[in-house]
Amino acid sequence: MNEEVDFDCAECTNPVEPFLRSDRMPHIWCPGCGIGTTVNCFTRALIDSKADLNKLVVVSGIGCTGRVAGYLELDSFHTTHGRAIPFATGLKLANPSLTVVVYAGDGDLSAIGGNHLIHAARRNIDLKVICVNNLIYGMTGGQTAPTTPAESTTSTNPYGTFEPGFNLPHLVDAAGAVYVARWTTFHVRQVARSMQEAFKKKGFSFIEIISPCPTLYQRRNKMGDGLDAMKYYKQASKVRNGAPTGEVGLTKTGEIAVGKFIDRDRPDYRSLMVHQFQESLGDEYVETGECACS
Amino acid sequence: MKADPAGVLTGVHFLDGDHACCEGALAAGARFAAGYPITPSTEVVERFAARIPKVGGTFIQMEDELASSIAIQGAVWGGAKAFTVTSGPGFSLMMEHIGYAIMTETPCVFVDVQRGGPSTGLPTLPAQSDMMQARWGSHGDYEVIALVPNSPQECFDLAITAFNLSEKYRVPVMFMMDECVGHMTEKVIIPPADQIEVEPRHKTHKALGTYKPYECNGDGSLVPEMAHAGEGYKFHITGLTHDERGYPAMTVAAQQKLVGRLQDKIRNAADKLVLVEEDSTADADVVVVSYGITSRVAQRGIDAARAKGLKVGKLRLKIVWPFPDALIKKLAKRAKAFVVPELNLGQISREVERAAAGVKTVLVPHAGGGVHRPEDILKAIQEALR
Repeated sequence: MNEEVDFDCAECTNPVEPFLRSDRMPHIWCPGCGIGTTVNCFTRALIDSKADLNKLVVVSGIGCTGRVAGYLELDSFHTTHGRAIPFATGLKLANPSLTVVVYAGDGDLSAIGGNHLIHAARRNIDLKVICVNNLIYGMTGGQTAPTTPAESTTSTNPYGTFEPGFNLPHLVDAAGAVYVARWTTFHVRQVARSMQEAFKKKGFSFIEIISPCPTLYQRRNKMGDGLDAMKYYKQASKVRNGAPTGEVGLTKTGEIAVGKFIDRDRPDYRSLMVHQFQESLGDEYVETGECACS
Repeated sequence: MKADPAGVLTGVHFLDGDHACCEGALAAGARFAAGYPITPSTEVVERFAARIPKVGGTFIQMEDELASSIAIQGAVWGGAKAFTVTSGPGFSLMMEHIGYAIMTETPCVFVDVQRGGPSTGLPTLPAQSDMMQARWGSHGDYEVIALVPNSPQECFDLAITAFNLSEKYRVPVMFMMDECVGHMTEKVIIPPADQIEVEPRHKTHKALGTYKPYECNGDGSLVPEMAHAGEGYKFHITGLTHDERGYPAMTVAAQQKLVGRLQDKIRNAADKLVLVEEDSTADADVVVVSYGITSRVAQRGIDAARAKGLKVGKLRLKIVWPFPDALIKKLAKRAKAFVVPELNLGQISREVERAAAGVKTVLVPHAGGGVHRPEDILKAIQEALR
């Protein structure tokens, strides 16, 4: 893949370096954490898609994955907990020429931000949502998340979790997302390819990346370290492109269905809005590209 | 600069305060609004939803007030002037994002058409019981600007001021209407666009690679210049304590520097942020301090007291936050007492009492749901002089 990259950086030792704020290194993520792997995939996708980096914006919420925005050398917004999607909605509608990526964790997107997730999917707002799902609240010390599989031990379920976890692909599919894929951090090429597809897709895209949290999920559950997670992902993942999303729920140690589950076309929010106003108002409608604010 | 004529509905109108507020926002250049329905404020965004496709811009009805209050900030960083509109219960939900706008210095306007509370309270009836919430509702130390109109005309005029101040100081501005002012219909004169002054966004013109989002220029201003997403600056914005580059900085020194500046940029400008209506205060024995709908009821109490030969001055606050401490202190040198009627059980009266520093301050409380009886205000004036 690298050989094909048109890349101009004489001093770089790593091709992803120009995409990172190197003055902010070292990052806060633990050894074995998968978030950095996803960022690496993201930068690969930026290179390969030849994205206009001046027009690509990353919006994060709060949590370990919420820190991604701060490490990327792009216009980047670290917002409030759960609200990356509504912030991104306002940003995209005010300036439709931007490619807006929401980069957030499972707790941020599906617990405190769950309402925004389903409504953005319903509206089909043109956002590319990258959900790093580590099955736990990492930043705050390993509390149960809506995605934590049953029979796991967490700091807030010291005797074992008993709530059913969310099947996120099923949730966003039902709400209307036009692109839904899931991979693990073992699947680095597939993740980068899905990100590229999402960049090209108009509408609400959702990529779930199952990612290890050795410090707070695996250790407490005697599941080993980051390498053990890779072995588990390799052994347990089954590619099921097009699988009905109702059948891809996760369990603690069972199969991980991966692949592209949904890729469909329906008009995005702004296209519908413009069409509606053109139909209703005719020449009276003033369509704006960017909100002029001198 | 002058207002964009596209958003200015020049003419003489018969409008309620909610509709006039919407026209003020449009005249000020607001081209994005996000909201969630809530009585008695919804008419503001209903009008915006009808008007904005013909002006050029966007309204989106979000899934809740949490979403509305952050969507507007995304829109601001995307280049728009933006606002949201709500009432008490929704205002409560917006508090975290008032803090985010403070911390990230995102210019935007929060309109709160106040109704009776706490909780669901009195959805269709007036109160002024969110005044302290407007000042202190979000966590952490900060300063805001809050304006209070008392007529539909002022809902138009002061809405423009609210947007202008938000741009000038890069601060969220609270526009504190009440149900009475929101729903009363009066004559509203909207001047031609070339007679409306509008504060432009203070954009940076620095070369790419040299811009730091929170660096102040050496001109003594404590307000940094803004960039918008998509311009190539590749800047970072966070609600965490940050340095001039916008990078998180978890130190005592960074906290003091940032939070100190956020406070000072408003406090140092306090003398420029006094906006009041003053009448016969110079030789008054009693000064009635009021704001919003209560000022119009208080006028009758003041008139009745003057008819009885009492020397009563009137001070109406149009900007309540920052509180005009210096003005109250000045009046306290002459006046024997202050009388403060308000549709709450004592909020701004405490500020008057604090600034008056020893001069008698009489609250005329009202729990909300209606307005004061003028005779209660008259009685308070008489008792204040005893």
